[in-house]
Amino acid sequence: MKLATFRHGVHPPELKELTARSPIRRLPFPAEVVLPLRQHTGNPARPLVRPGDRVERGDKIAEADGWVSSPVHASATGTVTAIGLWPHPDGTYEPAIRIAVEPFSAQAARPRMVPDWHGLAPKQIVEAIRDAGVVGLGGAAFPTHVKLSPPDEQKVDVLVINGCECEPYLTTDHRSMVEYPERVHLGIRMIMHCLGVARGMIGIERNKPDAIAALSATLPSDLAVTVHPLTVKYPQGAEKMLIHALLGREVPSGKLPMHVGAVVHNVASAQTIGEVFDTGLPLIERIVTLTGHGVRRPSNLIVPVGTKIRDLIDACGGLTEDAREIVFGGPIMGVAQPDLDTPVVKGVTGVVVLTEADCKPLASYPCIKCGHCLDACPVFLNPQRLGALALAERYDEAAANHLADCMLCGCCGYVCPSNVPLPQLFKLAKTELKRRSAAA
Amino acid sequence: MTRPPFLVTAAPHLSSADSTPRIMWTVVGALAPIVVAATWFFGVSALLVILASAAGALGTERTLGRGGTLRDGSATITGVLLGLTLPAGLPMWMAFVGGAFAIGFGKLIFGGLGQNVFNPALLGRAFLQAAFPTPLTTWPVPGGSWWALRGDNFALPLMSARPLDAVTGATPLGLMKFEHQATDVVPLMVGSTGGSLGETAGLLILACGAYLAVRNYLNWRIPASILLTVAAFSEGLHLLGPARFAGPLFMLFSGGLMLGAVFMATDMVTSPVTQRGCWIFGIGIGILVVVIRVWGGLPEGVMYAILLMNALVPFINRATQPRVFGTRTAPASA
Repeated sequence: MKLATFRHGVHPPELKELTARSPIRRLPFPAEVVLPLRQHTGNPARPLVRPGDRVERGDKIAEADGWVSSPVHASATGTVTAIGLWPHPDGTYEPAIRIAVEPFSAQAARPRMVPDWHGLAPKQIVEAIRDAGVVGLGGAAFPTHVKLSPPDEQKVDVLVINGCECEPYLTTDHRSMVEYPERVHLGIRMIMHCLGVARGMIGIERNKPDAIAALSATLPSDLAVTVHPLTVKYPQGAEKMLIHALLGREVPSGKLPMHVGAVVHNVASAQTIGEVFDTGLPLIERIVTLTGHGVRRPSNLIVPVGTKIRDLIDACGGLTEDAREIVFGGPIMGVAQPDLDTPVVKGVTGVVVLTEADCKPLASYPCIKCGHCLDACPVFLNPQRLGALALAERYDEAAANHLADCMLCGCCGYVCPSNVPLPQLFKLAKTELKRRSAAA
Repeated sequence: MTRPPFLVTAAPHLSSADSTPRIMWTVVGALAPIVVAATWFFGVSALLVILASAAGALGTERTLGRGGTLRDGSATITGVLLGLTLPAGLPMWMAFVGGAFAIGFGKLIFGGLGQNVFNPALLGRAFLQAAFPTPLTTWPVPGGSWWALRGDNFALPLMSARPLDAVTGATPLGLMKFEHQATDVVPLMVGSTGGSLGETAGLLILACGAYLAVRNYLNWRIPASILLTVAAFSEGLHLLGPARFAGPLFMLFSGGLMLGAVFMATDMVTSPVTQRGCWIFGIGIGILVVVIRVWGGLPEGVMYAILLMNALVPFINRATQPRVFGTRTAPASA
């Protein structure tokens, strides 16, 4: 059978064997958790606590500021020691709430909401999900309740669940699907109920046969959901690529998936929603893959939100001698971290520790117009041309050449034999264009 | 944990193993069997000519190019390819001048690697053909002792070459054009006919090209469209007038078509970046090759066909921009 997929894309080494078979284990509570107020797309949350306050695991410590925002909850019982600037995973310093964890606390959390969701109206479920601080766990951390409330005039007919996990190394979603398939299905049920859609599709790259089997085996008979194995190709998990692969629909340039009647949620988000309704606890921990050849014992971990990288690494045997670069997210789109005190936030799918050998500086050559970037670009841009425009700082022309359609997936940079820093140039050009339009 | 500071670079943190030097040196490697075949057919003279043109190319790159560019391998390709388009009996100094011209005026004057409009090796050959028409069209016949020179390879610069002892003859295309005499196809495929060094072993060139295509170091659409166009066009002509026009197999395997289609037209720098553009580029070359061979004043037209299409590449690129995902049209201002 020919598997569904999208056109173009790249085939990086998968490198998932480091953790694909390791069961998820729980990280011991660290001595301190640091919870940034901005762990999502949108306005940062407003703190509800002050230094000196004692907080219990699961307490809401910061409230959402507006609709596109999300609350933050204490991920461990302890005392608020400070609210101030702290290294943030995006490379900046951001206001964060520091909690000194009580060393001998049982860390047993009280359920915060009525676990019985039967009979709740869609609006009430969306409210509960918002209140639980659920955001997209695939990396972008867009507040989930916003995606569950499409405008009335927008007809949505299908829910797409993204279980591709196409970035190399990461096995977070893979292990969640294998170990918590019922929660995934519960989450899907909730989401479908909120959206009022009759049909759900789970797309999974076929390099995860155990996940496909687990989800298929546990699929409730009254849930109109199908599981679809997909070709292993990066970026299969990009929203627009996944919709195209599963539904053959092309999301128009500059538009959202809902314009073609689809809503996409990450499988980890679905799993978390299932967990919220299963346990009654808000989003205070997440599954993270700590991996790469720079860490001694690569593992899949349940991590309290706000745990510092340092604590993750210490719990996994420490770094190897040749560890050189620490990346949040996958190695293709992830953000390198300079500081071991940076906390894991809701949107961090994995921590990849690269070694000296992985990070060898690559010599750059002039573009030889091989055209490989055009063959790789999943949105059919001409990165060669765009790169030349961005390098010459001709940003307006780059914008006219559809720079906005570039999702910074990095395929062009991955294939470029001359190592022209194409994604970096595009990021720069996008930032500069945004700055200009903000100034205007 | 006391450690040196961690590296912080922008994404992506993973890159494919391909590199420009690796592509270039792989192409050089794929040219090696053709060089060996050339020395098999034309003896030591073949080696001397190729070495001289390579020396001219590399020497120029080293003297006039920006530092360190010798290592990227592209000048080596130019030098060897140029050598393969020359006759075995050519004085070495001419081959050297050709190599120097190819790099100097074919590449460096445009700004070096990646910037040139025309295939440097072909530009070098076009220059030699204009400057030294007679030596460039004196074709030794393959065979004879390996150590026997096929011409006055050691002639001093600017001196007229001593008369040849070696047997020379017209190329199959020359025979066809001027004497309406066809050559059997099998010797053409194998390479035991008169012609320039690398023109002769058609099947070997195809095999080397196939290897590069599998490695994705060569866009197969270009040779495929060139060869299919030449075959279709010449088959049509052949059907109209079997006596006047040669058949497609003869057209495909004679002259520089194989070397040109597989190794010259596919030069990444001077061919289109879009897939559709590559088809158009190849079809254009194919048509021009047949037109020049059949109706032009020259027996061979591959060189001019490719150079002409090289000039059109920017326009082809502009006209074949891909349609952006989620839009109906390609960007207007590409």
